[in-house]
Amino acid sequence: MVAAALVTPPPAKILALPERQSASRPFLKPILENVTTVVIPPLAVLTLFLLIWQIAASQPGSSLPPPTQVYAESSDLILHPFFDNGGADKGLGFHIIASLSRVAIGYALAAIAGIALGTLVGQSVYFMRGFDPIFQVLRTVPPLAWLPISLAAFRDGQPSAIFVIAITAVWPIIINTAAGIRNIPQDYRNVARVLRLNPLEYFTKIMVPAAAPYIFTGLRIGIGLSWLAIVAAEMLIGGVGIGFFIWDAWNSSLISDIIVALVYVGLVGFVLDRAIAFMGHVVTRGTAVN
Amino acid sequence: MQKPYLCLSRVNKSFQRGAIVSEVLKGISLDVEKGEYVSLIGHSGCGKSTLLSLIAGLTPLSSGAVTLEGKHVQGPGPDRAVVFQNHSLLPWLTVHENIKLAVDKVWKKESATARETRIMDSLDLVHMAHAKDKRPAEISGGMKQRVGIARALAMEPKVLLLDEPFGALDALTRAHLQDQVMQIHQALNNTVIMITHDVDEAVLLSDRIVMLTNGPAASIGDIHAVNLPRPRRRLELVSDPVYIRAREAVLKFLYERNKFVEAA
Repeated sequence: MVAAALVTPPPAKILALPERQSASRPFLKPILENVTTVVIPPLAVLTLFLLIWQIAASQPGSSLPPPTQVYAESSDLILHPFFDNGGADKGLGFHIIASLSRVAIGYALAAIAGIALGTLVGQSVYFMRGFDPIFQVLRTVPPLAWLPISLAAFRDGQPSAIFVIAITAVWPIIINTAAGIRNIPQDYRNVARVLRLNPLEYFTKIMVPAAAPYIFTGLRIGIGLSWLAIVAAEMLIGGVGIGFFIWDAWNSSLISDIIVALVYVGLVGFVLDRAIAFMGHVVTRGTAVN
Repeated sequence: MQKPYLCLSRVNKSFQRGAIVSEVLKGISLDVEKGEYVSLIGHSGCGKSTLLSLIAGLTPLSSGAVTLEGKHVQGPGPDRAVVFQNHSLLPWLTVHENIKLAVDKVWKKESATARETRIMDSLDLVHMAHAKDKRPAEISGGMKQRVGIARALAMEPKVLLLDEPFGALDALTRAHLQDQVMQIHQALNNTVIMITHDVDEAVLLSDRIVMLTNGPAASIGDIHAVNLPRPRRRLELVSDPVYIRAREAVLKFLYERNKFVEAA
Protein backbone atom coordinates (compact mmCIF):
# COMPACT_ATOMS: atom_id res chain seq x y z
CA MET A 1 0.00 0.00 0.00
CA VAL A 2 2.75 2.39 1.03
CA ALA A 3 4.85 1.36 -1.94
CA ALA A 4 1.92 1.93 -4.23
CA ALA A 5 1.28 5.39 -2.76
CA LEU A 6 4.90 6.24 -3.31
CA VAL A 7 4.88 4.97 -6.84
CA THR A 8 1.77 6.87 -7.95
CA PRO A 9 3.03 10.49 -7.88
CA PRO A 10 5.97 10.16 -10.34
CA PRO A 11 3.84 8.94 -13.29
CA ALA A 12 1.48 11.86 -12.67
CA LYS A 13 4.39 14.24 -13.03
CA ILE A 14 5.67 12.51 -16.12
CA LEU A 15 2.20 12.54 -17.65
CA ALA A 16 1.74 16.26 -17.08
CA LEU A 17 4.70 17.25 -19.23
CA PRO A 18 4.11 15.25 -22.42
CA GLU A 19 0.42 16.12 -22.23
CA ARG A 20 1.21 19.77 -22.73
CA GLN A 21 3.45 19.04 -25.68
CA SER A 22 0.98 16.67 -27.30
CA ALA A 23 -1.75 19.27 -26.76
CA SER A 24 0.03 21.72 -29.03
CA ARG A 25 1.31 19.10 -31.45
CA PRO A 26 -2.01 17.69 -32.72
CA PHE A 27 -3.13 21.29 -33.18
CA LEU A 28 -0.14 22.20 -35.33
CA LYS A 29 0.23 18.86 -37.02
CA PRO A 30 -2.95 18.85 -39.13
CA ILE A 31 -2.22 22.42 -40.26
CA LEU A 32 1.27 21.41 -41.27
CA GLU A 33 -0.07 18.32 -42.98
CA ASN A 34 -2.60 20.48 -44.80
CA VAL A 35 0.13 22.82 -45.97
CA THR A 36 2.26 19.97 -47.26
CA THR A 37 -0.59 18.10 -48.99
CA VAL A 38 -2.81 20.93 -50.21
CA VAL A 39 -0.65 24.01 -50.68
CA ILE A 40 2.79 22.78 -51.67
CA PRO A 41 2.01 20.58 -54.72
CA PRO A 42 0.06 23.22 -56.69
CA LEU A 43 2.58 25.86 -55.62
CA ALA A 44 5.45 23.73 -56.94
CA VAL A 45 3.68 23.13 -60.25
CA LEU A 46 2.86 26.83 -60.55
CA THR A 47 6.49 27.83 -59.92
CA LEU A 48 7.65 25.30 -62.50
CA PHE A 49 5.09 26.61 -64.99
CA LEU A 50 6.13 30.25 -64.44
CA LEU A 51 9.78 29.24 -64.79
CA ILE A 52 9.21 27.48 -68.11
CA TRP A 53 7.08 30.38 -69.29
CA GLN A 54 9.78 32.86 -68.26
CA ILE A 55 12.47 30.93 -70.14
CA ALA A 56 10.34 30.29 -73.23
CA ALA A 57 9.03 33.87 -73.51
CA SER A 58 12.46 35.41 -72.94
CA GLN A 59 13.76 33.94 -76.21
CA PRO A 60 14.33 36.58 -78.87
CA GLY A 61 11.34 36.85 -81.23
CA SER A 62 8.85 35.60 -78.63
CA SER A 63 5.35 36.92 -79.28
CA LEU A 64 4.17 36.67 -75.65
CA PRO A 65 5.70 38.52 -72.69
CA PRO A 66 7.38 36.58 -69.85
CA PRO A 67 5.82 36.80 -66.33
CA THR A 68 8.30 39.43 -65.17
CA GLN A 69 7.33 41.68 -68.06
CA VAL A 70 3.63 41.07 -67.39
CA TYR A 71 4.13 42.25 -63.85
CA ALA A 72 6.21 45.25 -64.93
CA GLU A 73 3.65 46.39 -67.51
CA SER A 74 0.42 45.58 -65.68
CA SER A 75 1.26 45.88 -62.00
CA ASP A 76 -1.27 48.71 -61.68
CA LEU A 77 -4.02 46.27 -62.72
CA ILE A 78 -2.83 43.69 -60.23
CA LEU A 79 -2.20 46.04 -57.32
CA HIS A 80 -5.11 48.44 -57.83
CA PRO A 81 -8.20 46.58 -58.95
CA PHE A 82 -10.47 49.57 -58.13
CA PHE A 83 -9.32 52.71 -59.96
CA ASP A 84 -11.61 54.74 -62.17
CA ASN A 85 -10.26 57.11 -64.82
CA GLY A 86 -13.66 57.60 -66.46
CA GLY A 87 -15.09 55.81 -69.47
CA ALA A 88 -13.94 52.23 -69.88
CA ASP A 89 -10.59 52.94 -68.21
CA LYS A 90 -11.44 51.32 -64.91
CA GLY A 91 -9.76 48.83 -62.59
CA LEU A 92 -10.33 45.12 -63.21
CA GLY A 93 -12.43 44.97 -60.05
CA PHE A 94 -15.07 47.23 -61.65
CA HIS A 95 -15.05 45.19 -64.85
CA ILE A 96 -15.49 42.00 -62.88
CA ILE A 97 -18.35 43.54 -60.88
CA ALA A 98 -20.07 44.66 -64.09
CA SER A 99 -19.77 41.15 -65.53
CA LEU A 100 -20.87 39.55 -62.28
CA SER A 101 -23.98 41.72 -62.07
CA ARG A 102 -24.98 40.60 -65.59
CA VAL A 103 -24.31 36.99 -64.62
CA ALA A 104 -26.31 37.42 -61.42
CA ILE A 105 -29.42 38.56 -63.29
CA GLY A 106 -29.11 36.09 -66.16
CA TYR A 107 -28.26 33.20 -63.87
CA ALA A 108 -31.10 33.99 -61.46
CA LEU A 109 -33.54 33.96 -64.37
CA ALA A 110 -32.06 30.68 -65.59
CA ALA A 111 -32.30 29.13 -62.12
CA ILE A 112 -35.96 30.11 -61.67
CA ALA A 113 -37.00 29.09 -65.19
CA GLY A 114 -34.81 25.98 -65.13
CA ILE A 115 -36.14 24.62 -61.84
CA ALA A 116 -39.74 25.43 -62.82
CA LEU A 117 -39.48 23.83 -66.26
CA GLY A 118 -37.45 20.91 -64.89
CA THR A 119 -40.14 20.25 -62.27
CA LEU A 120 -42.83 20.33 -64.94
CA VAL A 121 -40.96 17.98 -67.25
CA GLY A 122 -39.89 15.69 -64.41
CA GLN A 123 -43.43 15.44 -63.02
CA SER A 124 -45.39 14.77 -66.15
CA VAL A 125 -44.70 12.18 -68.81
CA TYR A 126 -46.63 14.23 -71.36
CA PHE A 127 -44.62 17.40 -70.82
CA MET A 128 -41.51 15.27 -70.91
CA ARG A 129 -42.46 13.81 -74.28
CA GLY A 130 -43.31 17.24 -75.64
CA PHE A 131 -40.40 19.28 -74.34
CA ASP A 132 -37.48 16.93 -74.04
CA PRO A 133 -36.59 16.64 -77.77
CA ILE A 134 -36.69 20.44 -78.09
CA PHE A 135 -34.46 20.87 -75.05
CA GLN A 136 -32.03 18.31 -76.35
CA VAL A 137 -31.66 20.20 -79.63
CA LEU A 138 -31.55 23.72 -78.19
CA ARG A 139 -29.02 22.90 -75.49
CA THR A 140 -26.38 22.13 -78.12
CA VAL A 141 -26.60 25.65 -79.61
CA PRO A 142 -23.40 27.48 -78.62
CA PRO A 143 -23.92 30.55 -76.38
CA LEU A 144 -22.65 33.09 -78.91
CA ALA A 145 -24.97 31.80 -81.61
CA TRP A 146 -27.83 33.19 -79.48
CA LEU A 147 -26.32 36.69 -79.43
CA PRO A 148 -27.36 38.00 -82.87
CA ILE A 149 -30.95 36.80 -82.44
CA SER A 150 -31.16 38.33 -78.98
CA LEU A 151 -29.66 41.61 -80.22
CA ALA A 152 -32.31 41.59 -82.93
CA ALA A 153 -35.01 40.97 -80.33
CA PHE A 154 -33.88 43.37 -77.58
CA ARG A 155 -32.07 46.02 -79.71
CA ASP A 156 -29.72 46.64 -76.81
CA GLY A 157 -26.49 45.11 -75.56
CA GLN A 158 -27.32 44.80 -71.86
CA PRO A 159 -30.51 42.67 -72.05
CA SER A 160 -28.97 40.65 -74.88
CA ALA A 161 -25.97 39.69 -72.75
CA ILE A 162 -28.28 38.73 -69.90
CA PHE A 163 -30.41 36.66 -72.25
CA VAL A 164 -27.36 34.83 -73.58
CA ILE A 165 -26.30 33.97 -70.03
CA ALA A 166 -29.76 32.78 -69.10
CA ILE A 167 -30.23 30.66 -72.22
CA THR A 168 -26.78 29.09 -71.73
CA ALA A 169 -27.21 28.24 -68.08
CA VAL A 170 -30.80 27.06 -68.23
CA TRP A 171 -30.36 23.67 -69.98
CA PRO A 172 -28.30 21.80 -67.42
CA ILE A 173 -30.58 23.16 -64.69
CA ILE A 174 -33.71 21.91 -66.49
CA ILE A 175 -32.25 18.53 -67.32
CA ASN A 176 -30.83 17.86 -63.87
CA THR A 177 -33.95 19.06 -62.06
CA ALA A 178 -36.11 16.82 -64.22
CA ALA A 179 -33.79 13.87 -63.58
CA GLY A 180 -33.89 14.55 -59.84
CA ILE A 181 -37.66 14.62 -59.78
CA ARG A 182 -38.02 11.50 -61.91
CA ASN A 183 -35.66 9.71 -59.53
CA ILE A 184 -37.62 10.40 -56.35
CA PRO A 185 -38.00 6.90 -54.88
CA GLN A 186 -41.51 5.44 -54.93
CA ASP A 187 -41.17 4.95 -51.16
CA TYR A 188 -41.05 8.70 -50.54
CA ARG A 189 -44.12 9.14 -52.73
CA ASN A 190 -45.87 6.41 -50.74
CA VAL A 191 -44.94 8.10 -47.46
CA ALA A 192 -46.45 11.32 -48.79
CA ARG A 193 -49.61 9.51 -49.85
CA VAL A 194 -50.07 7.73 -46.52
CA LEU A 195 -49.64 11.08 -44.74
CA ARG A 196 -52.00 12.69 -47.26
CA LEU A 197 -49.63 15.59 -47.94
CA ASN A 198 -51.27 18.17 -50.19
CA PRO A 199 -49.51 19.14 -53.44
CA LEU A 200 -47.81 22.16 -51.87
CA GLU A 201 -46.57 20.15 -48.88
CA TYR A 202 -45.41 17.41 -51.23
CA PHE A 203 -43.51 19.96 -53.31
CA THR A 204 -41.76 21.66 -50.38
CA LYS A 205 -41.26 18.69 -48.04
CA ILE A 206 -40.54 15.80 -50.39
CA MET A 207 -39.93 16.90 -53.96
CA VAL A 208 -37.51 19.78 -53.49
CA PRO A 209 -35.32 18.17 -50.81
CA ALA A 210 -35.28 14.83 -52.64
CA ALA A 211 -34.29 16.45 -55.92
CA ALA A 212 -31.97 19.04 -54.34
CA PRO A 213 -28.71 17.13 -54.94
CA TYR A 214 -29.58 16.88 -58.65
CA ILE A 215 -30.77 20.49 -58.81
CA PHE A 216 -27.49 21.70 -57.35
CA THR A 217 -25.51 19.63 -59.83
CA GLY A 218 -27.41 21.48 -62.57
CA LEU A 219 -26.92 24.84 -60.89
CA ARG A 220 -23.21 24.21 -60.60
CA ILE A 221 -22.81 23.30 -64.27
CA GLY A 222 -25.00 26.31 -65.09
CA ILE A 223 -22.86 28.85 -63.24
CA GLY A 224 -19.75 27.58 -65.02
CA LEU A 225 -21.42 27.87 -68.42
CA SER A 226 -22.79 31.34 -67.73
CA TRP A 227 -19.32 32.57 -66.74
CA LEU A 228 -18.00 31.10 -70.00
CA ALA A 229 -20.76 32.84 -71.94
CA ILE A 230 -20.44 36.28 -70.37
CA VAL A 231 -16.81 36.76 -71.38
CA ALA A 232 -17.58 35.86 -74.97
CA ALA A 233 -20.78 37.93 -75.10
CA GLU A 234 -19.12 41.03 -73.63
CA MET A 235 -16.38 40.89 -76.25
CA LEU A 236 -19.05 41.53 -78.82
CA ILE A 237 -21.42 43.94 -77.06
CA GLY A 238 -18.78 46.27 -75.52
CA GLY A 239 -19.28 48.65 -72.59
CA VAL A 240 -17.91 47.75 -69.17
CA GLY A 241 -17.11 44.14 -68.37
CA ILE A 242 -14.24 41.72 -68.18
CA GLY A 243 -14.91 40.34 -71.68
CA PHE A 244 -14.84 43.80 -73.18
CA PHE A 245 -11.69 44.62 -71.21
CA ILE A 246 -9.91 41.65 -72.80
CA TRP A 247 -11.07 42.62 -76.28
CA ASP A 248 -10.09 46.25 -75.70
CA ALA A 249 -6.65 45.21 -74.47
CA TRP A 250 -6.19 43.07 -77.57
CA ASN A 251 -7.10 46.01 -79.79
CA SER A 252 -4.54 48.15 -77.93
CA SER A 253 -1.94 45.33 -78.12
CA LEU A 254 -1.70 45.22 -74.30
CA ILE A 255 -0.88 41.50 -74.10
CA SER A 256 0.17 41.75 -70.46
CA ASP A 257 -3.23 43.18 -69.53
CA ILE A 258 -4.93 40.26 -71.27
CA ILE A 259 -2.90 37.77 -69.27
CA VAL A 260 -3.77 39.48 -65.98
CA ALA A 261 -7.45 39.56 -66.97
CA LEU A 262 -7.40 35.85 -67.79
CA VAL A 263 -6.12 35.06 -64.33
CA TYR A 264 -8.89 37.18 -62.83
CA VAL A 265 -11.53 35.42 -64.98
CA GLY A 266 -10.25 32.02 -63.91
CA LEU A 267 -10.17 32.90 -60.22
CA VAL A 268 -13.67 34.40 -60.26
CA GLY A 269 -15.03 31.35 -62.12
CA PHE A 270 -13.42 29.10 -59.53
CA VAL A 271 -14.94 31.07 -56.67
CA LEU A 272 -18.40 31.00 -58.31
CA ASP A 273 -18.22 27.24 -58.76
CA ARG A 274 -17.17 26.69 -55.16
CA ALA A 275 -19.82 29.09 -53.87
CA ILE A 276 -22.60 27.10 -55.56
CA ALA A 277 -21.08 23.82 -54.37
CA PHE A 278 -20.96 25.18 -50.82
CA MET A 279 -24.55 26.38 -51.06
CA GLY A 280 -25.57 22.93 -52.26
CA HIS A 281 -23.75 21.33 -49.38
CA VAL A 282 -25.51 23.56 -46.86
CA VAL A 283 -28.98 23.32 -48.40
CA THR A 284 -28.94 19.56 -48.95
CA ARG A 285 -27.32 19.06 -45.54
CA GLY A 286 -24.48 17.06 -46.95
CA THR A 287 -26.57 14.65 -49.01
CA ALA A 288 -25.33 16.23 -52.26
CA VAL A 289 -22.27 14.59 -53.72
CA ASN A 290 -19.62 17.14 -54.49
CA MET B 1 -74.04 -9.51 -35.37
CA GLN B 2 -71.37 -6.86 -35.17
CA LYS B 3 -69.40 -6.11 -38.30
CA PRO B 4 -65.72 -7.00 -38.20
CA TYR B 5 -63.16 -4.26 -37.62
CA LEU B 6 -61.30 -4.67 -40.88
CA CYS B 7 -63.09 -6.56 -43.59
CA LEU B 8 -61.88 -7.68 -46.99
CA SER B 9 -64.67 -9.11 -49.09
CA ARG B 10 -64.12 -10.86 -52.42
CA VAL B 11 -61.13 -8.68 -53.27
CA ASN B 12 -59.73 -9.15 -56.76
CA LYS B 13 -56.74 -7.43 -58.23
CA SER B 14 -55.45 -7.65 -61.76
CA PHE B 15 -52.89 -5.57 -63.57
CA GLN B 16 -53.33 -4.69 -67.19
CA ARG B 17 -50.61 -3.88 -69.61
CA GLY B 18 -51.92 -3.38 -73.11
CA ALA B 19 -54.03 -6.38 -74.01
CA ILE B 20 -52.42 -8.61 -71.38
CA VAL B 21 -54.35 -8.88 -68.13
CA SER B 22 -52.58 -10.63 -65.28
CA GLU B 23 -54.66 -11.65 -62.32
CA VAL B 24 -52.70 -11.30 -59.09
CA LEU B 25 -55.24 -11.83 -56.34
CA LYS B 26 -58.58 -13.58 -56.64
CA GLY B 27 -61.45 -13.76 -54.20
CA ILE B 28 -59.65 -12.69 -51.05
CA SER B 29 -62.06 -12.52 -48.12
CA LEU B 30 -60.74 -11.92 -44.64
CA ASP B 31 -62.07 -10.46 -41.41
CA VAL B 32 -59.68 -9.03 -38.86
CA GLU B 33 -60.77 -8.21 -35.32
CA LYS B 34 -59.59 -5.20 -33.40
CA GLY B 35 -56.30 -5.86 -31.64
CA GLU B 36 -55.59 -8.92 -33.72
CA TYR B 37 -52.11 -9.66 -35.09
CA VAL B 38 -52.39 -11.29 -38.52
CA SER B 39 -49.50 -12.47 -40.66
CA LEU B 40 -49.60 -12.97 -44.41
CA ILE B 41 -47.24 -15.65 -45.60
CA GLY B 42 -46.64 -17.10 -49.03
CA HIS B 43 -43.94 -17.63 -51.61
CA SER B 44 -42.40 -14.58 -53.17
CA GLY B 45 -44.35 -13.19 -56.08
CA CYS B 46 -47.68 -14.50 -54.79
CA GLY B 47 -49.10 -11.04 -54.20
CA LYS B 48 -48.63 -10.47 -50.46
CA SER B 49 -47.28 -6.98 -50.98
CA THR B 50 -50.06 -6.20 -53.43
CA LEU B 51 -52.63 -7.29 -50.85
CA LEU B 52 -51.02 -5.07 -48.23
CA SER B 53 -50.97 -2.06 -50.52
CA LEU B 54 -54.63 -2.69 -51.37
CA ILE B 55 -55.43 -2.45 -47.67
CA ALA B 56 -53.22 0.62 -47.40
CA GLY B 57 -55.09 2.11 -50.34
CA LEU B 58 -51.87 2.72 -52.26
CA THR B 59 -53.15 0.49 -55.07
CA PRO B 60 -56.76 0.60 -56.22
CA LEU B 61 -58.89 -2.57 -56.08
CA SER B 62 -60.06 -4.22 -59.28
CA SER B 63 -63.22 -5.45 -57.59
CA GLY B 64 -64.48 -6.32 -54.13
CA ALA B 65 -64.28 -4.10 -51.10
CA VAL B 66 -62.09 -3.26 -48.12
CA THR B 67 -63.87 -1.72 -45.16
CA LEU B 68 -62.38 -0.42 -41.93
CA GLU B 69 -64.88 0.16 -39.11
CA GLY B 70 -67.63 -0.14 -41.69
CA LYS B 71 -66.18 2.57 -43.93
CA HIS B 72 -64.88 1.85 -47.41
CA VAL B 73 -61.16 2.27 -47.85
CA GLN B 74 -60.54 4.70 -50.67
CA GLY B 75 -56.99 5.81 -51.10
CA PRO B 76 -54.18 5.86 -48.57
CA GLY B 77 -54.44 7.52 -45.19
CA PRO B 78 -52.79 7.75 -41.79
CA ASP B 79 -55.39 5.43 -40.21
CA ARG B 80 -53.60 2.63 -42.07
CA ALA B 81 -49.94 3.45 -41.46
CA VAL B 82 -47.43 1.39 -43.39
CA VAL B 83 -43.94 0.38 -42.28
CA PHE B 84 -42.14 -0.25 -45.54
CA GLN B 85 -39.60 -2.97 -46.07
CA ASN B 86 -36.72 -0.56 -46.56
CA HIS B 87 -37.70 1.89 -43.79
CA SER B 88 -38.22 4.79 -46.30
CA LEU B 89 -37.14 7.48 -43.89
CA LEU B 90 -36.35 10.79 -45.55
CA PRO B 91 -32.55 11.07 -45.53
CA TRP B 92 -32.42 14.87 -45.29
CA LEU B 93 -34.40 14.91 -42.04
CA THR B 94 -33.27 13.79 -38.60
CA VAL B 95 -35.02 10.95 -36.82
CA HIS B 96 -37.01 13.51 -34.83
CA GLU B 97 -37.92 15.52 -37.96
CA ASN B 98 -39.00 12.38 -39.80
CA ILE B 99 -41.52 11.60 -37.11
CA LYS B 100 -42.44 15.28 -36.75
CA LEU B 101 -43.42 15.37 -40.43
CA ALA B 102 -45.98 12.64 -39.77
CA VAL B 103 -47.12 13.96 -36.38
CA ASP B 104 -47.53 17.56 -37.58
CA LYS B 105 -49.66 16.39 -40.48
CA VAL B 106 -51.83 13.87 -38.64
CA TRP B 107 -52.24 15.80 -35.38
CA LYS B 108 -52.20 19.33 -36.77
CA LYS B 109 -55.05 20.42 -34.51
CA GLU B 110 -53.09 19.68 -31.35
CA SER B 111 -50.77 22.12 -29.61
CA ALA B 112 -47.06 22.12 -30.34
CA THR B 113 -46.25 20.66 -26.92
CA ALA B 114 -48.78 17.85 -27.34
CA ARG B 115 -47.25 16.98 -30.70
CA GLU B 116 -43.74 17.06 -29.26
CA THR B 117 -44.90 14.65 -26.56
CA ARG B 118 -46.28 12.33 -29.23
CA ILE B 119 -42.96 12.38 -31.10
CA MET B 120 -40.93 11.58 -28.01
CA ASP B 121 -43.42 8.96 -26.78
CA SER B 122 -43.24 7.09 -30.04
CA LEU B 123 -39.44 7.26 -30.01
CA ASP B 124 -39.42 5.98 -26.45
CA LEU B 125 -41.60 3.04 -27.47
CA VAL B 126 -38.91 1.80 -29.85
CA HIS B 127 -36.07 2.92 -27.54
CA MET B 128 -34.70 5.41 -30.04
CA ALA B 129 -35.06 8.68 -28.12
CA HIS B 130 -31.29 8.85 -27.71
CA ALA B 131 -30.80 9.11 -31.47
CA LYS B 132 -33.42 11.76 -32.18
CA ASP B 133 -30.97 14.22 -33.73
CA LYS B 134 -29.24 11.66 -35.94
CA ARG B 135 -29.91 11.37 -39.63
CA PRO B 136 -30.97 8.02 -41.11
CA ALA B 137 -27.55 7.55 -42.72
CA GLU B 138 -25.93 7.72 -39.29
CA ILE B 139 -27.87 4.86 -37.68
CA SER B 140 -27.94 1.09 -38.31
CA GLY B 141 -30.50 -0.79 -40.39
CA GLY B 142 -32.30 -2.09 -37.31
CA MET B 143 -32.48 1.41 -35.84
CA LYS B 144 -33.90 2.80 -39.08
CA GLN B 145 -36.59 0.16 -39.05
CA ARG B 146 -37.41 1.02 -35.43
CA VAL B 147 -37.75 4.70 -36.38
CA GLY B 148 -40.00 3.62 -39.27
CA ILE B 149 -42.17 1.75 -36.77
CA ALA B 150 -42.14 4.76 -34.43
CA ARG B 151 -43.28 7.02 -37.28
CA ALA B 152 -46.16 4.65 -38.03
CA LEU B 153 -47.13 4.31 -34.36
CA ALA B 154 -47.08 8.09 -33.88
CA MET B 155 -50.02 8.32 -36.29
CA GLU B 156 -52.01 6.06 -33.94
CA PRO B 157 -53.27 4.06 -36.91
CA LYS B 158 -56.35 1.88 -36.68
CA VAL B 159 -54.40 -0.78 -38.52
CA LEU B 160 -50.63 -1.04 -38.61
CA LEU B 161 -49.39 -2.54 -41.87
CA LEU B 162 -45.93 -4.07 -41.79
CA ASP B 163 -44.37 -4.99 -45.12
CA GLU B 164 -41.63 -7.48 -44.26
CA PRO B 165 -40.37 -5.10 -41.60
CA PHE B 166 -37.48 -7.29 -40.53
CA GLY B 167 -36.62 -8.79 -43.91
CA ALA B 168 -33.45 -6.79 -44.46
CA LEU B 169 -32.04 -7.32 -40.96
CA ASP B 170 -29.63 -9.88 -39.55
CA ALA B 171 -31.06 -12.70 -37.43
CA LEU B 172 -30.09 -11.27 -34.03
CA THR B 173 -31.40 -7.77 -34.74
CA ARG B 174 -34.52 -9.33 -36.17
CA ALA B 175 -35.19 -11.34 -33.01
CA HIS B 176 -34.65 -8.24 -30.90
CA LEU B 177 -37.06 -6.19 -32.99
CA GLN B 178 -39.65 -8.98 -33.00
CA ASP B 179 -39.61 -8.90 -29.20
CA GLN B 180 -40.06 -5.13 -29.24
CA VAL B 181 -42.96 -5.33 -31.67
CA MET B 182 -44.57 -7.97 -29.45
CA GLN B 183 -44.17 -5.70 -26.42
CA ILE B 184 -45.65 -2.75 -28.29
CA HIS B 185 -48.55 -4.87 -29.52
CA GLN B 186 -49.09 -6.06 -25.97
CA ALA B 187 -49.01 -2.52 -24.58
CA LEU B 188 -51.06 -0.68 -27.22
CA ASN B 189 -53.21 -3.56 -28.47
CA ASN B 190 -52.85 -2.42 -32.09
CA THR B 191 -54.39 -4.23 -34.98
CA VAL B 192 -51.47 -5.41 -37.08
CA ILE B 193 -51.18 -7.01 -40.48
CA MET B 194 -47.67 -8.18 -41.28
CA ILE B 195 -46.14 -9.70 -44.38
CA THR B 196 -43.39 -12.18 -43.73
CA HIS B 197 -41.32 -14.91 -45.35
CA ASP B 198 -40.25 -16.29 -42.04
CA VAL B 199 -42.31 -19.16 -40.60
CA ASP B 200 -40.96 -18.75 -37.06
CA GLU B 201 -41.63 -15.04 -37.13
CA ALA B 202 -45.20 -15.64 -38.26
CA VAL B 203 -45.89 -18.21 -35.54
CA LEU B 204 -44.20 -16.23 -32.79
CA LEU B 205 -45.97 -12.94 -33.44
CA SER B 206 -49.37 -13.78 -34.87
CA ASP B 207 -52.80 -14.62 -33.60
CA ARG B 208 -53.62 -15.93 -37.06
CA ILE B 209 -51.46 -16.85 -40.01
CA VAL B 210 -53.01 -16.31 -43.41
CA MET B 211 -51.37 -18.50 -46.05
CA LEU B 212 -51.60 -17.44 -49.66
CA THR B 213 -51.51 -19.89 -52.56
CA ASN B 214 -49.07 -19.40 -55.39
CA GLY B 215 -49.85 -16.84 -58.03
CA PRO B 216 -51.07 -16.02 -60.55
CA ALA B 217 -54.54 -15.41 -59.14
CA ALA B 218 -53.46 -16.16 -55.58
CA SER B 219 -56.11 -16.76 -52.97
CA ILE B 220 -56.17 -17.61 -49.28
CA GLY B 221 -55.17 -21.27 -49.08
CA ASP B 222 -55.50 -21.74 -45.37
CA ILE B 223 -55.72 -19.81 -42.12
CA HIS B 224 -54.05 -21.15 -39.03
CA ALA B 225 -54.93 -19.75 -35.62
CA VAL B 226 -52.05 -19.70 -33.15
CA ASN B 227 -53.65 -20.19 -29.76
CA LEU B 228 -50.68 -19.34 -27.62
CA PRO B 229 -51.05 -17.12 -24.56
CA ARG B 230 -49.33 -13.74 -24.49
CA PRO B 231 -46.80 -12.56 -23.52
CA ARG B 232 -44.90 -15.11 -25.53
CA ARG B 233 -41.28 -15.95 -24.93
CA ARG B 234 -39.34 -17.39 -27.82
CA LEU B 235 -37.20 -19.74 -25.72
CA GLU B 236 -40.14 -21.34 -23.94
CA LEU B 237 -42.08 -21.73 -27.17
CA VAL B 238 -39.47 -23.80 -28.97
CA SER B 239 -40.74 -26.98 -27.31
CA ASP B 240 -44.37 -25.94 -26.95
CA PRO B 241 -46.67 -28.41 -28.78
CA VAL B 242 -49.00 -25.65 -29.99
CA TYR B 243 -46.03 -23.76 -31.42
CA ILE B 244 -44.64 -26.86 -33.09
CA ARG B 245 -48.02 -27.73 -34.57
CA ALA B 246 -48.47 -24.24 -35.97
CA ARG B 247 -45.00 -24.26 -37.44
CA GLU B 248 -45.61 -27.65 -39.01
CA ALA B 249 -48.91 -26.54 -40.51
CA VAL B 250 -47.35 -23.51 -42.17
CA LEU B 251 -44.31 -25.42 -43.40
CA LYS B 252 -46.50 -28.18 -44.82
CA PHE B 253 -48.61 -25.63 -46.58
CA LEU B 254 -45.62 -23.85 -48.08
CA TYR B 255 -43.53 -26.86 -49.05
CA GLU B 256 -46.03 -29.66 -49.74
CA ARG B 257 -49.33 -28.22 -50.78
CA ASN B 258 -48.00 -25.10 -52.45
CA LYS B 259 -44.52 -25.78 -53.65
CA PHE B 260 -42.78 -22.78 -55.09
CA VAL B 261 -42.90 -22.96 -58.86
CA GLU B 262 -40.06 -21.10 -60.50
CA ALA B 263 -42.04 -20.14 -63.56
CA ALA B 264 -44.83 -18.61 -61.50
